[in-house]
Amino acid sequence: MAKNSARDIEVTAFATHQIITQPNPLRKVLRRVDEKDTDDPVARAEQALASLSGEFKQWMTTEVNRLSAAYLAIGNDGFTRERRDELFHAAHDIKGDAVTFGYPAAAGIAESLCRVIEHAPDLEEVPAELFTHHINAILAILHENTRLDSISVSAELSRRLRKVADDYLADVNRDRPEHLEVILAPSIAPAE
Amino acid sequence: MFRIDFNKLRFLICDDNPHMRRILRTLLHSFGAREVYEAEDGATALEMYSHYVPDIVIADWAMPIFDGLELAQMIRQPESKGNPYAPIIMLTGHSEKRRVTVARDAGVTEFLAKPISAKGLYQRILNVVANPRPFIKTKTYFGPDRRRNTNSAYMGPERRVGEKHEVLQQPSLLDKARSTI
Repeated sequence: MAKNSARDIEVTAFATHQIITQPNPLRKVLRRVDEKDTDDPVARAEQALASLSGEFKQWMTTEVNRLSAAYLAIGNDGFTRERRDELFHAAHDIKGDAVTFGYPAAAGIAESLCRVIEHAPDLEEVPAELFTHHINAILAILHENTRLDSISVSAELSRRLRKVADDYLADVNRDRPEHLEVILAPSIAPAE
Repeated sequence: MFRIDFNKLRFLICDDNPHMRRILRTLLHSFGAREVYEAEDGATALEMYSHYVPDIVIADWAMPIFDGLELAQMIRQPESKGNPYAPIIMLTGHSEKRRVTVARDAGVTEFLAKPISAKGLYQRILNVVANPRPFIKTKTYFGPDRRRNTNSAYMGPERRVGEKHEVLQQPSLLDKARSTI
């Protein structure tokens, strides 16, 4: 796909800004099809994603092991910048991927853990149990997820941990309104 | 009704997580894409961007060396020899309103909050292909027009002056990030 040449680009100057327009360089990939066209690329992709699902438990195990290892490293080295970032990224990846992998409650707990890491004023002062409860809960969900009766327990565990973490963050940030505002703002993530 | 000929599009995926790269690659291939390049950090992504000249970039926010936000800022250099106009879709686990604003101000074209879905990804790609927005250059910004709605009553400090420009009516980036499609 070639991009437009410089001569196709039109620049209109105004007092505070320029507006740059050009013919749509991707217009050639758009194809008009009949309304009766049965090809459904989204359905095809969903099917392809489903075909990967046999690997999701192993992928989730890898991500959770990464989280555990990152927290263990903090036990040895303390909350250095590097260690803090490793823990945050591991939790953040679980937050983003766990729903796709079939572990929605783990995603919620990982999000709660991310919020603690991001908004606690001093990570060394955070009670260790707040970290271990989050990490142990994610581990438990991973190992028990196939049992139907554990699903509601997982969701309840996720809700309670989030409540404990939010109460803690609201308390330690009571004099930091900019953090408080972010903590209390609703998530933009699509509802499950 | 329109369809995209994905086999004519070249994609660059930038994500440090191999599982997410695999999922993205699977989705794009099943849409029909053939050319999908992958980078696991921002620096490699920038190199591949210059080398392969992708039509669409799909970038994670959190990446080593430099992140997706910095990658967007580096691509959006109006004087660069490369293509500063390529659509950038930011796919991220960050789900706070202020993150969407920061991404928008870095020149990101579309924002897709995880968990990823085939429908959400397809809709973002369709939108950047079918509805490209004009680019705006100010002293502090270069990127797609950030205004999605006309508000003639707005008189705030960031009001652009001296134009009557058509604005594409689209949901705001934030509204789109909140929805799965």
